[in-house]
Amino acid sequence: MKHRTFFWFFLPTGLAMILFIAAPLVSIITQSLFAPHEAVFVTVENCGPFGCKEETTIDQSATAALREAEPMGRFVGLSVYLDRGHLAVAEVAEAWRTSESIGEFFGTIYNLPFYRALAFTLTYTFVCTPLLIILGFFIAISVNSLHRHLKGLVIFFSLLPMIVTPLVGSLILFWMIDSRGVLGNLLSYLADDPDLSLKASSPLMWTSIIIYGIWNSAPFAFVVFYAGLQTQPKDTLEAAQIDGATRWQQIRFVTIPHLMPLVTFVALIQLMDNFRVFEPIVGFSAQAHATSLSWIIFNDLGGETQQLSAAATTSVLTVIGVAILLSPVLVRTWRDFKGRS
Amino acid sequence: MFMKKLALAGGMALLSSTAVAACEINARVNIVGNEFPAIQTVGAGAAECSGGDVSSNLTADHQKINLAGMQGDPAEYTSAIIANSSIVALINEDVIRPLDDLVAQYGDTLQKNQLITIDGKVMAVAFMANAQHLVYRKDVLEQVGAEPPKSYEEMLEVAKMIRDQGIMENPVGGAYAAGWNLAQEFNNMFMGYGGEHFKAGTAEPNINTEAGVKALEMMKALSEYMNPDFLTHDSNATNAEYRAGNVALMNMWGSRAATLTEADGVPQEVVDGFAIAGPMTVGGGETPASTLWWDGWTVAKNISDEEAASTFIALTHAIRPAILEDEEISTQAVWLIDGYDPTPAAEGVFAAAQANTIPYPMLPFMGLMHTALGAELTDFMQGKESAEQALKDVEAAYIAAAKEKGFL
Repeated sequence: MKHRTFFWFFLPTGLAMILFIAAPLVSIITQSLFAPHEAVFVTVENCGPFGCKEETTIDQSATAALREAEPMGRFVGLSVYLDRGHLAVAEVAEAWRTSESIGEFFGTIYNLPFYRALAFTLTYTFVCTPLLIILGFFIAISVNSLHRHLKGLVIFFSLLPMIVTPLVGSLILFWMIDSRGVLGNLLSYLADDPDLSLKASSPLMWTSIIIYGIWNSAPFAFVVFYAGLQTQPKDTLEAAQIDGATRWQQIRFVTIPHLMPLVTFVALIQLMDNFRVFEPIVGFSAQAHATSLSWIIFNDLGGETQQLSAAATTSVLTVIGVAILLSPVLVRTWRDFKGRS
Repeated sequence: MFMKKLALAGGMALLSSTAVAACEINARVNIVGNEFPAIQTVGAGAAECSGGDVSSNLTADHQKINLAGMQGDPAEYTSAIIANSSIVALINEDVIRPLDDLVAQYGDTLQKNQLITIDGKVMAVAFMANAQHLVYRKDVLEQVGAEPPKSYEEMLEVAKMIRDQGIMENPVGGAYAAGWNLAQEFNNMFMGYGGEHFKAGTAEPNINTEAGVKALEMMKALSEYMNPDFLTHDSNATNAEYRAGNVALMNMWGSRAATLTEADGVPQEVVDGFAIAGPMTVGGGETPASTLWWDGWTVAKNISDEEAASTFIALTHAIRPAILEDEEISTQAVWLIDGYDPTPAAEGVFAAAQANTIPYPMLPFMGLMHTALGAELTDFMQGKESAEQALKDVEAAYIAAAKEKGFL
């Protein structure tokens, strides 16, 4: 393609990418480097239905002058990145100096909000992604071997978890695992422990959210693999059958190699998606047990006093996290591309 | 419910037909606010005005949108309905206007104690009061032969009696959901022990104190008598536990207590046993372990004078003394309106006000403290760390946030 043709061909996409990807990125990076002005306080008398009281408030005229002088706010460089709410370098260094054992060190680190969220986010990502790929694959080969009259119906039901809005899906599960819910009751009956409560235990809450994550995303893997199975050449399979391969050997040596590029694709998409885990934490009211990077952003923006710089900083760190996660896959794709051309 | 709404709408129509002359406006009015019944009444009252377009957006997520909706010029919302905690965010960003001129011109029906003044300027008009107080089951307390508790120590004793006699496994209810609710319960208990959140006159945190530790220990002791899922129970879930007959004692909002047992399917013994009393004290203190609240409305700064006047007129009309003639409306809240007669449901909030409960602090940095408390106290409540460590974490989280916002 001529460069000129390519330019006009690419222009609409390029503009959309600048508008919807590059501009917001620039915006959050800028936001994360600036913070609101130093507040100027005055003590005034406030009165209301319950009487009067001397209270601190913000001096509006002084603040307005500050805002006029520097509309962007204070430039704080990377200090928000390094504070306790984010990378917490000072706290980590302090923990390293004072901890007597590695366990104590990690215990202290785990007490910091960013690292606690990162721990759950990474666990969720690395447990959910492989399991949902395996589950999606088995659903796909099972559906593929069904009689064609049944397929449509089964495919529809298999897709349901993906069709249900994540927040609604997690709420449904949340009520079911309540200590008075269907699953909660069943579990406490099976464990013979009337006080067993999924919502009161961190490990069980993590397990529930991860199971939810697999349930919710497996249909995506299933759809992709099922489409891939339709392109599987019949003759290779028949050749394997003639050679006396069992069903398992056919899957292991014919089907899986055929679907391998799709596995990479699903893994890529799901790593990205799972790293941004958010809805189940809200739906399960799980913040006491599990938080994620996206949840921290939500919490910073949802308080009575919004922390825009803190939220922007966590967003930038999330973007960096996704880039690191995807780098092995991206490097591999790039090598494959170079190898082919 | 539908019939009630219909009756309400009919009542409104009648009232408005007599009050048409009283509410003529000449510019647009757009209100954003929370969605509980009393605020719905205010929104509907403002909509009776003619001559200008009156719209409202009443939603539980009002705090996430009111600031953004008032920062534009002209502002999208001409009024935000807020409480003493949430007015602070609007004052911090300077998006609401002083109302003194409007009060002088159009505010005849307002009482002086409705006017919220900051540094001598009227910034909001309050229309109702609220507080958390005791809600209990009188039949269950009679059964164990106990008086309604006046302090949290007594509450623990009564809870123990109820559990020991096998009446209820988890007799105490509490809105201890991680986040805003848990932080609010800490605030109550902390103030009950005489704690002050900040060092006097500064934004420096002051919660890692004896009062803070005692407050957490009392919360922990209470949680032993709660449903094990308490960290996921907000006010709604706690009320559901009470309605289901699983809870005999709880600290609940006055604005929710009035209609607590009106839901469908509440067992008769719960309806009959429903009783309320004033807030409890703790640790032998005089001040109740609770906070006082008001709800009121504001007028945006970035709007024309006509819009400001129209907004003020419409909202003053919505809270005129005549609305109290409707019985349903008068029980919806503890109204601060002239001529309000307390209904039995208002007893708890009145007791709170009479016992000199401290109002929720109206400080620029209180919101950040509340957020930090909500996020950092959960480890202690689960027994994963000590009270001192939890309070240290809260202070550290608050300091990081306050530095970012320029408060420290």
